[in-house]
Amino acid sequence: MTALWRLGAAEISRAVAARDLSAREVARAHLDRLAAVDPKLDAFLAVLGERALERAERLDETLAAGEPAPPLAGVPVAVKDVLDMEGLPTTCGSRILEGYRPPFTATAVARLEAAGAIVLGKTNMDEFAMGSSTENSAFKRTRNPWDLACVPGGSSGGSAAAVAAGAAPIALGTDTGGSVRQPAALCGIVGLKPTYGRVSRYGLVAFASSLDQVGAFARSVEDVAVVASTIFGHDPRDATSAPEPVPDFRKALEEGIAGLRVGVPWSFLERGVDEGVGAGFRGAVAVLERTGAAVREVMLPHLPHAIASYYIVATAEASSNLARYDGVRYGLRARRAGGLAAMYGESRDLGFGAEVKRRIILGTFVLSSGYYDAYYLRAQKVRSLIRRDFEEAFRACDVIAMPTTPSPAFRLGEKIEDPLQMYLQDIFTVPANLAGLPAISIPSGFVGGLPVGLQLIGRPYDEAGILRMGHAYQAETAHHQQRPPV
Amino acid sequence: MARVTLEIVDHVARLAHLSLTPEERALFARQLDQIVAYAESIQQIDTEAVEPMVYALAAGSLREDEPRPGLERERVLEAAPDAADGLFRVPRVIAG
Repeated sequence: MTALWRLGAAEISRAVAARDLSAREVARAHLDRLAAVDPKLDAFLAVLGERALERAERLDETLAAGEPAPPLAGVPVAVKDVLDMEGLPTTCGSRILEGYRPPFTATAVARLEAAGAIVLGKTNMDEFAMGSSTENSAFKRTRNPWDLACVPGGSSGGSAAAVAAGAAPIALGTDTGGSVRQPAALCGIVGLKPTYGRVSRYGLVAFASSLDQVGAFARSVEDVAVVASTIFGHDPRDATSAPEPVPDFRKALEEGIAGLRVGVPWSFLERGVDEGVGAGFRGAVAVLERTGAAVREVMLPHLPHAIASYYIVATAEASSNLARYDGVRYGLRARRAGGLAAMYGESRDLGFGAEVKRRIILGTFVLSSGYYDAYYLRAQKVRSLIRRDFEEAFRACDVIAMPTTPSPAFRLGEKIEDPLQMYLQDIFTVPANLAGLPAISIPSGFVGGLPVGLQLIGRPYDEAGILRMGHAYQAETAHHQQRPPV
Repeated sequence: MARVTLEIVDHVARLAHLSLTPEERALFARQLDQIVAYAESIQQIDTEAVEPMVYALAAGSLREDEPRPGLERERVLEAAPDAADGLFRVPRVIAG
C-alpha cells in the first residue's frame, strides 16, 4: 500500500469521507514523515502534534456520528508563520515578535480548519517575508529537499519544502513579490498566488499591504484548486477583500483548454534567463500548444522596470507597516534603554535582522522629503504602466506564460551578501503582484537535477483560467509526480 | 542621480527609529547606493500623463468605514511587554 504521506489532498479527503482512512492515522503518518525529514530540512518553526491529533480525532468522531464530511476532511496542512493562529506564537521568522501570541486567527487558516483540514505546524520563512531564499529567518535556514546544499527559495521556503518532502500535502504561504511561486518552482511543486483581494489578509502580518496576498502550495493543480475554493471569498474583516463570487475550481478543471489563447512575451525573455530554463520553457509552451491552446506573442514593454518599481513600492509600504514594532504593544522590548526614543531604537535594532533593516532604510529613503517624487511617486506611475501593459496583452490572449524564475535553486550563502542579485531573482514574479493578477507556478522539468517552474498569469479574478491550463499541462506531463530524494 | 551617503543613512535611520551599528551603517550605505543606482532606470520613462497606482484593485471598492467592536482590552494587553492599570507602560517621557 502507498505510504499515506504520499497521498494528495483530494485522495485523502475522499478516503476520510468514505471512512476508508481515519483523520487520525493520516495526521499520525504525516507527523511521522515530518519528524523523519525535518531534521534535514528545517522547514518547521513549530510542530503542533498534539493539537493536530486531537482535532483529527474529533473529526473522526463527527464522521462516525454520521455528520457530512467537509471538503478537506482530514487533510494535513502546513502554515507559514506569518499567519496568526489564536493563542499560538507567530514569529514571522523574527526576534522582534518574541513571546507574541495573537488573540485571533487568520481567516485563511480558520477557513481551512472549518473545512476539515488539520494544521500540523508553522513553517519557516524569511523575516517578515522579505527574501527569496528563507536565509533571512532569525531562527534557521531551510534546505531544498532536492539538494540539501541549495535554498528552497523564499520567502515561503518552509511551506514549499514541507509539501515537496511529503510532510504535508498542502500548505499556506504568502506572495508579495513571488514568495509562493518562486519556492514552489525551486522545490518542484505547484504554488498559486491569487488575484489581489481574493483571500482575506485578516490575521496576516503585513509586509506591503497593496501587494501581499495569501497563496497555496500543493503537489498537483487539482489540490491547489480545492484549497482555493476553500480560502477564497469576501471577508468583512479585510477592507480590501473582494466581493467576487468563488467558483468551484475543481469542476472548472474539467473544462479543458481548447481555444484558450496563451500569450508569451518572447522579447522580454531574450535576456537574463538561464539556458536550461529557457529551453525548458520553450518545451512547456509546445506542450500547451499540443494540448489545444493557441500560442501568440505579446509585448509587455515596461516589465524590465518591474524590479525597480517593486522594490521601491514594497519597501516604502514595509517601512510604514513595520513602524508598529516599537517595543510598546507586543514583542521584544530592549530593557536597558534609557528614554522612550532610545527604547524604540534599541528594541528595533535588537529585534530586526539585516534584510529587514535594509528595507526599512530603503523604504524610508524613497518616502523622505526630496526623494518622494523621484522614487516613490514615479515607481507608482511605472506600476500603472505595467498594469496597462497587461491589460493590453490580455486583449490578445487569455493567459500569459513565462518562466517562474531565471534559474534553478542556488546554493545556501551564494547570494545572501549581495541583496541586489537576490532581488533580481524576482524578475518574473513581481509583475503579477504589481498588477494584482493571479498567477501559478507549475513544475515544468529539471535543470541540472533541480526543478524549475512554468508560470501562468491570468486576468483579474480568472484563477479558473490558469488552473485549467495548469491542469491540462499536468495531464500531459509527469514532472509533478517526481519526488525529491530526501 | 541620487547617491546614498553615510549622512543619508544616518538621517533615514533616525526617521525610522533604527539604531545601527557602525558596520551596518557602512554596509547599508554601500548596498543601498547600488540598489538605488539600479532603480535609476525608472527615471528615463515618460510618466508625464500617468496616474500613480496606489491600490491593486479598482478604486471605490473599499468597504464602508463603520464603527464595530474591536478586540478586548485585556487580551490585547496580555501581549504587551509591560502593562499596568489597563494601559501600555513605557519608559518615563517627562523628567520629574
